[in-house]
Amino acid sequence: MSFIKRYLIPRLIQYFLVIFVGVTAVFFIPRFSPSDPVEKTITQLRSQGSFLDPASMDEFIEDLTEMYGLGGSLPEQYMDFWKRLFHGDFGLSFFQFPTPVIDLIAVSLPWTLALLLSTTIIGWVFGNLIGGLAGYYSRKSWSRILDTIAMIVRPLPYYIFAFALLILLGFVFRLFPISGGTSFGAAINFSWNSIMDMLWHSFLPALSLVILGGAANFQTMKLIVQNVNAENFVQYARIGGIKERRIVGRYVIRNAMLPQFTNLALSLGQIFSGALITEIVFSYPGVGTLLYNAIITGDYNLIMGIIAISIVAITTGILIIDLLYPLLDPRIRYSQGK
Amino acid sequence: MKIFRLFKDLFRDYRFAVSACVLCVLLVLAVLSIFAPNDPALWDVAPKDEAPSFTHLLGTNSKGQDVFWEATFSVRNSLIISVIAGSVSRLIAVIIGMVAGYRGRKTDTFLMFISDSLLVIPLFLIIVMLALLIREYMNLVTLGLLLALFGWAWDARVIRSIILTLRERDFTYTAVLSGTGTMRLVFNEYMPYATPLVFSTLINNMSWAIGLEITLAILGLVNMDIPTLGTTLQWAISKQAILLGYWWWILTPIVLSVLLFIALYWLSVSISEYLDPRSRIQRVGGA
Repeated sequence: MSFIKRYLIPRLIQYFLVIFVGVTAVFFIPRFSPSDPVEKTITQLRSQGSFLDPASMDEFIEDLTEMYGLGGSLPEQYMDFWKRLFHGDFGLSFFQFPTPVIDLIAVSLPWTLALLLSTTIIGWVFGNLIGGLAGYYSRKSWSRILDTIAMIVRPLPYYIFAFALLILLGFVFRLFPISGGTSFGAAINFSWNSIMDMLWHSFLPALSLVILGGAANFQTMKLIVQNVNAENFVQYARIGGIKERRIVGRYVIRNAMLPQFTNLALSLGQIFSGALITEIVFSYPGVGTLLYNAIITGDYNLIMGIIAISIVAITTGILIIDLLYPLLDPRIRYSQGK
Repeated sequence: MKIFRLFKDLFRDYRFAVSACVLCVLLVLAVLSIFAPNDPALWDVAPKDEAPSFTHLLGTNSKGQDVFWEATFSVRNSLIISVIAGSVSRLIAVIIGMVAGYRGRKTDTFLMFISDSLLVIPLFLIIVMLALLIREYMNLVTLGLLLALFGWAWDARVIRSIILTLRERDFTYTAVLSGTGTMRLVFNEYMPYATPLVFSTLINNMSWAIGLEITLAILGLVNMDIPTLGTTLQWAISKQAILLGYWWWILTPIVLSVLLFIALYWLSVSISEYLDPRSRIQRVGGA
């Protein structure tokens, strides 16, 4: 199978190498830092007025060193780091002591995944469909109006756009709740009310991600379709008298969709970062808000855990998209038989 | 006269005209910071929480500073960060792209693997981690350099592919056979082909840097005493300007950054369309 040899194996090697480099960076960057997390924690505790006698202080320092995985030589620490990573053990959180980091992440991850998956898919599908139509009918006035809107929305960074939406729809018009994932104190279960409450609260963060993601897809799709439109086979179809609707749907947009699939894989990391930032704006209870709290409280274990898991999750997501690609593109599928 | 015609052509595009005007206004604002009556780090130099008036054009904030003068500093500093980040990362991109493209083989594989990894990994998190570690040393220059470390991957790839095609051209063989040194060949003969790309991506990269600065400021990872668009916004948020209804304070950094982002984007789009004749024809109405 030349498909496996030529495509799958190099791709898998790249996947593991990227994870290796990313996780290694997560390991080494804090260790080259000028500030020692153990020392920092102790000064923090001292400034809060707690006092320990020298003996228990030494013990405490030892515990902290152990907890941060800073015991032993550098290669030992590194091996240990990987071992713990495979077990999903990132130590205890400082910000919510003594909950293990992995538990905190496990609570927030579903929120982020739900937000990220739904908005990415909606933004991708709608952005591409509308972009495709706008590209095909690029002379119509609605196409130009949409283009101008995309030109205005596109350059705005996630934070500014989400914040502007929050002020406009949350404070000025008071249409939507301004923060959180549920109403205050509401229980989370799968009843109708609970689900509606969650959807209601995630509407604004979802809206801002959908609009920003959609605008990006709209623009590239429109450009691609304009180029496909000028190709011979489209003109041939038109001269041959095939219905316009069929040309747009079956031939033009379908052809233009394929590069967009690769683009999705390439921009997944950015989309993910954007989702985290948007979560912070709306205090949505996902990984982004968790990261924010971890940074504010200086919780190194939690920060490293979040970053390591995110790197693994994103590279896996990209790998899945890349592996799905041959299923969609007949040109790659057919060549595997040769 | 040629410059004059160039601008006349560019100004025909309404996006270029609008963005050039907005950027000029913002630049004037940045330059005005020289005439600011007070050091931006000082608190309580003006009455607190006043709405806009003739003495304080954009009102004052809860730190007792004039919002207008604070805004001039924040635009200036955000631009400084973005120019450092943009130009240094362009430099890295050119060097890496040229070395990878010209040396080829293992050097190429290695460098392109790094740039691929940078494209794939959620960079924001890595930048957050680094920013967290150098938080005490954070100023305009270190922040600019930090962002520059991560903004080069895509351009390095494009420059490499340009070099790969140039390397096979006849003039390369002529140059090498007549004894031109590698450095001279790469920087004198190849560089002109990469220059337009470098300039058009410079603007995008600057805009990316300003956006990340705002995000890092919200996370409290930059020096909060230096006014930038991000820190101004963060102060307004942390002092509850929204709930207290001090709209002049919270809206100033938002409106300024929205204007800046749109202007930079429109500028880059109109310039790159101008540089690429195919899309120019499309816009005028050929295809």
